[in-house]
Amino acid sequence: MAAITFEHISKRFGSVNANSDVSFSVNKGEILALLGENGSGKTTLMNMLSGIYYPDEGRILVDDKPVSIRGPREAYALGIGMVHQHFKLVDVFTAAENLVVGLEPDKKLDRKEIAADIKEICDKYKFDVNPDKKVYDMSVSEKQTLEIVKVLYRGANILILDEPTAVLTPQETERLFNVLRNMKQDGKTVIIITHKLHEVLSISDRVAILRKGEYIETVETAEATEEKLTELMVGKKVDLEIERPEIEDKKLRLEVRNLSCINNEGIKILKDISFDLYGGEILGIAGISGNGQKELLEAIAGLNLIEEGGSVKYHQPDTEDPVELKGMTPRRIRDLGVQLSFVPEDRLGMGLVGSMGMTENMMLKDYNSGRGIFTSKKAPKELAEKIMEELEVVTPGVTTPVRRLSGGNVQKVLVGREIAASPTVLMTAYAVRGLDINTSYTIYHLLNEQKKKGVAVIYVGEDLDVLLALCDRILVLCGGQANGILDGRTADKQEVGRRMSVIVGKEGEGHE
Amino acid sequence: MNEPILRVIKRESMSFKGKLLVRAVSLILALLVCGIVITLITGYNPITVYVTMAQGAFGTKTRAWSTIKEMLMLSCIAIGLAPAFKMKFWNVGAEGQILIGGIVSAGCMIYLSNIGNAGLFVLMCILSALAGSLWAFLPALFKAKFNTNETLFTLMMNYVAIQLTSYFVAKWENPVGSNTVGVINQSGHEGWFPKIFGTQYFISLIMVIILAVFMHIYLRYTKHGYEIAVVGESENTARYAGISVPKVVIRTVLLSGAICGVAGFMAVAGASHTISTSTAGGRGFTAIIVAWLAKFDSATMLLISLLLAFLNSGSSEIASKCHLNDYASKIVIGIILFFILGSEFFINYKLVRGKKGEKK
Repeated sequence: MAAITFEHISKRFGSVNANSDVSFSVNKGEILALLGENGSGKTTLMNMLSGIYYPDEGRILVDDKPVSIRGPREAYALGIGMVHQHFKLVDVFTAAENLVVGLEPDKKLDRKEIAADIKEICDKYKFDVNPDKKVYDMSVSEKQTLEIVKVLYRGANILILDEPTAVLTPQETERLFNVLRNMKQDGKTVIIITHKLHEVLSISDRVAILRKGEYIETVETAEATEEKLTELMVGKKVDLEIERPEIEDKKLRLEVRNLSCINNEGIKILKDISFDLYGGEILGIAGISGNGQKELLEAIAGLNLIEEGGSVKYHQPDTEDPVELKGMTPRRIRDLGVQLSFVPEDRLGMGLVGSMGMTENMMLKDYNSGRGIFTSKKAPKELAEKIMEELEVVTPGVTTPVRRLSGGNVQKVLVGREIAASPTVLMTAYAVRGLDINTSYTIYHLLNEQKKKGVAVIYVGEDLDVLLALCDRILVLCGGQANGILDGRTADKQEVGRRMSVIVGKEGEGHE
Repeated sequence: MNEPILRVIKRESMSFKGKLLVRAVSLILALLVCGIVITLITGYNPITVYVTMAQGAFGTKTRAWSTIKEMLMLSCIAIGLAPAFKMKFWNVGAEGQILIGGIVSAGCMIYLSNIGNAGLFVLMCILSALAGSLWAFLPALFKAKFNTNETLFTLMMNYVAIQLTSYFVAKWENPVGSNTVGVINQSGHEGWFPKIFGTQYFISLIMVIILAVFMHIYLRYTKHGYEIAVVGESENTARYAGISVPKVVIRTVLLSGAICGVAGFMAVAGASHTISTSTAGGRGFTAIIVAWLAKFDSATMLLISLLLAFLNSGSSEIASKCHLNDYASKIVIGIILFFILGSEFFINYKLVRGKKGEKK
């Protein structure tokens, strides 16, 4: 029996078809994985189910009855609850208060009763939630658990989880999957959105695949392989191998010693980090997001103040003379002739200017280099056209604001510019986040090309499989501390995952 | 199933023609609604009312120049505000910057009337610009150093400026007991804008045109303009690009204040030849609307200033001709602005009725 049936669902945003003529059904009591690349319309489709959007065409059936879901409240009334990728919790409220926020105020707020209800749900599915803990004190995984409990507390029988594992360590992911299996046994229906294939294979009963807003097909997980799923998702065969070329002649490029940083709130976000970076290698940085990755790169780039006692020494390619970068602004670093390129995590909030076109974004770092008071747009325009052609950036033109481009194309513009500056050190933060498989592989390829040229590359990543396949060495960050540097060829995924969440003894801290 | 009746859908983008059409329709609707309101309240034929409006704004040479004077003031202030707002620095302190510029101009006219007209003119222009800069500098400095809220700071600077103006009005009172400064240099016209082509506003016109061209080039083609755009979009991007954000903030706000100060000079030396607490007269706020509506484009700012000036003089004319009070004309301006601003919604979104092509 079908819990949910989509019939000819279409949804457009402007001229973009987010969903076109999608029809399939979800069985009662199954875990269905909704698989598709970014922009394939997974989230849009689920948002229509949870009442955030309303379909342009088609209809939705719940328990074989046609329904009209005009808001999240109506979705809850039908037993549909969604856990969004970006948590929707009130930071200053406790877990219990978050559960009841937005419910009909027909009865008194009885904390004991709520606590008892939470306990019942937790016991049933093996959750762990402290009802009196404030959300701002919670870890990402705790917040996610709370979101799921919230949905269950409101009586959902059909749960939608939008990329729930993106923020979790492998261990936390396994725990989440156990909970989902318990729910399934209890007769709940679970829809999980993801693009991690191995997770799809381990958790789901069936996989529904979307591509460019269209429904492709639903396959039984038992009969699926990673290759087959990728082919269905992308529409053609994709080579999932990531190369890792060997470079013989490695030269020391960066020497980071005892680097500590304090963030805006006065919290020590980086503690005593030391590592070396060589030309001709890719150094991966692993860690749960928010454990200091961003701050580390920004500190090296001159955007974060480095505490007393730390040092960042840069070795010039020709003279090998070390230059101290600590305490310098990005412009000063550039004026010294240090070719440091940086692809920051926040592409449109730091790396690019969203309201400007490609041309004007090309001049972001050297607009000031020419003489006189006027900017020169000739060279940036040529560069923009070159990048547009070489990296196949899809845009109406070099003057179209880059904000209007899709995520993958935005990243191509940013990476293209940073590589065009012929760097000796290239730092990238989450370079493939949100990109489709093809673009991701283009980026891996570009990074490998730089490595072969002798560039020292830092790759901050979140997908451990990619980190292990691409990087020569992996520095694991945990709570702002360096928790060991592992060899990418021999490291084990569980070990990396463990180091992301638990500080290991001193013996793990060696530099090589 | 109960369907939602109307749904809002975001538009991809609109052609230039489409935008023009939406705006034209909104203007026509505004005039229609105004007409209905006017007829309901007064019983007059709306067409007569509109003719009266046009006559009020451009009916005679004096009126036309008075409307143009108003437009020039608004444009000048809006041009001054544009760089600050483009940098997302919410300078709501134009009123104060205008007043301070005005006080300095009036002071020069009173105390330095003997140094010769050309020198006095240049001196007034420079000093009032500096005074406006100074008034804007304080909030900018605090913003740059301590990240204080510039909206509140610039707003409160207005009140300080108003008090200062009251002080100088009392000091320069003429004749004694009138509680006004009266017309300064009535006999010798020292420091007054000279009449060219029979109007004293001609120099203002030239000044505003020069400022408009300057601002257009400054924002679009210079390194400073580029920095302003980057800082306005994201301070993080600016830092990443190696731009010193405090430096750009202070420099840009100084420029913004200077032009607003010059607007005060224009108001005193080029128009009223006196100073009072109403010299700025709320134009510092109206100009914010002008700058934003024009999206900081100089030519568009001139056009919107003209529209507002026209509405202003036109509606006060209908107020007096049709024996309505001032508020009635404000209602008319309000309705027209409502429709013009509202049209932006239809440029960005569209409404769809129910479902299209329901499948059975």
